[in-house]
Amino acid sequence: MGWRLNLRPYLLIVPALLLTCGILYPFGLGLYYTLFDFSASKPQPDMVRFENYETVFTQEAFWNSAWVTVLYAVGAAAVETVLGVAVALLLHRSTIVGRVLEKILILPLMIAPVIAAIIWKLMLQPSVGVINYLLRPFGLGGVQWTDTPTGALLSSIAVDVWVYTPFVAILALAGLRSLPTSPFEAAAVDGAGWWYTFRRLTLPMLWPYVLVAVIFRFMDSLKVFDIIYALTEGGPGDSTVVLQIRAYLEAIRFQRYSFGISYTIVLWAVVYLAAMVLVKHLGKIQRKAAEVPAK
Amino acid sequence: MSRTTSKKRLLGWLADAALILYFIFALFPIAWMVILSLKPTNELFSTYFSFSPTLDGYRTVLGDSEGIPFVRFFVNSLVVSLGAVALSLLVGLPAAYASARWRFKGSENLMFTLLSFRFAPELTVIIPLFVLYQKLGLFDTYVGMIWVLQLVTLPLIVWIMRSYFADLTPELEQAALLDGYSRKQAFFKVAIPLVKPGIAAVSLLAFIFAWNNFVFPLILTSNEAQTVTVGALSFLGGDRPKYNLTAAAALVSVVPPLLLALTIQRYLVRGLSFGAVKS
Repeated sequence: MGWRLNLRPYLLIVPALLLTCGILYPFGLGLYYTLFDFSASKPQPDMVRFENYETVFTQEAFWNSAWVTVLYAVGAAAVETVLGVAVALLLHRSTIVGRVLEKILILPLMIAPVIAAIIWKLMLQPSVGVINYLLRPFGLGGVQWTDTPTGALLSSIAVDVWVYTPFVAILALAGLRSLPTSPFEAAAVDGAGWWYTFRRLTLPMLWPYVLVAVIFRFMDSLKVFDIIYALTEGGPGDSTVVLQIRAYLEAIRFQRYSFGISYTIVLWAVVYLAAMVLVKHLGKIQRKAAEVPAK
Repeated sequence: MSRTTSKKRLLGWLADAALILYFIFALFPIAWMVILSLKPTNELFSTYFSFSPTLDGYRTVLGDSEGIPFVRFFVNSLVVSLGAVALSLLVGLPAAYASARWRFKGSENLMFTLLSFRFAPELTVIIPLFVLYQKLGLFDTYVGMIWVLQLVTLPLIVWIMRSYFADLTPELEQAALLDGYSRKQAFFKVAIPLVKPGIAAVSLLAFIFAWNNFVFPLILTSNEAQTVTVGALSFLGGDRPKYNLTAAAALVSVVPPLLLALTIQRYLVRGLSFGAVKS
């Protein structure tokens, strides 16, 4: 009986693992491809070892893409965190207005990012878009939203913010609702003001919850693809060519398969390292937060 | 005293106003798409506001008249999303149950490996798959799409269902075992019925994620198995931009996820906020 009990969980998990291997195999295959100069023009490739990676790191285009990717990810994650926490705090007051609005908070999050980008692309059209139409009375009718480098980057961050702020808000709201009430009651008895309570109690206790959201948003923004693809396709010039867009252009559009995959492998490594650092940090923050009400 | 209450009331109004402002930002784009999709073609490029609503945009989008078979893309989306969810439930439920009920060697590592696929850039696996699919004849097929979409749905289903199973006390199944049930019967007749609401919620969430995916169909399909997310983008192409058709296509493609979201809103929030609240 004993050995059967130990074997059963493995048997139950094997089908899921097999499907997972179906993904690991192409991943390994991709890693293997990057050691060759495999492209549409060279279907019988030679082994080039790490030449693809050397080319990646010595290309100015790579460093430009890396810089744009970091700007995008930091910008989007930062705005989403501040805005999301603010929305959660406002909803947590649970007035009638808040209770009604909370029900529809989730809607933008349910729209495919690519569709969101299409929607914003239509609204940001310089001559016929509704945004410039609404800005015209203020003398700002002709903004070329996605046709200038800075404008294109800010516009794509705005789409990301539109889609994902509810995600941060939902996590922060769940966090707020699970905080213990006694420290807040004690602070109220002591006559602590709103700002003091927020800075000394709410924020430190809420931070672990928010941090999970920040980690998810930062990781996901590092590998943004669909929003940029639909909104700017990387342009104008190279101003919004994030790493996944660069990989797509190299591998699919120019059919330099192994070179394109090298790009994604580098991105994968970066995302993993960032995840490890952030998750480690998360543990520390959570331990610290657990001590807050005791003080 | 009365001054502080009136100050408080004023702050309350300001807070409500700020909240409403955010929700205008969140909802205006959707409302504007509705207006845009109902505009006749001759009103698209007028710089002043005019609006004489017509359903022509929807008729064109749903009637193939622009050479884009949008209805077929819609059906494709349904088939591949449902297929991916069904496959993931089939293998994901036993895996979730096993990892919730037994502590076994490597269980945490296996679970983390499953979750870690969420952090991998999609293109890392898609480009090799693109090459592989061309060889195997899986390019632009339902099977090929279902196979990659479970990359999105399986980790979600395993991780959320694991917590639902962990919340059940094992005593229930042990009682069933004492009553002469087999392990299998205990699973199907006791555990599964109790987590049914969880299964329903996570399936819908997984369906929405699969439906909304863009990168997989963009690269691994061309026409036969293409989905609405890629299809909606094709209305933007061409020399004459057709903004009303693009808006109509975008709206048609968000109807299923939005309807699901509104009906199961409470469960979705639980599913989405799960990681934060439990860890």
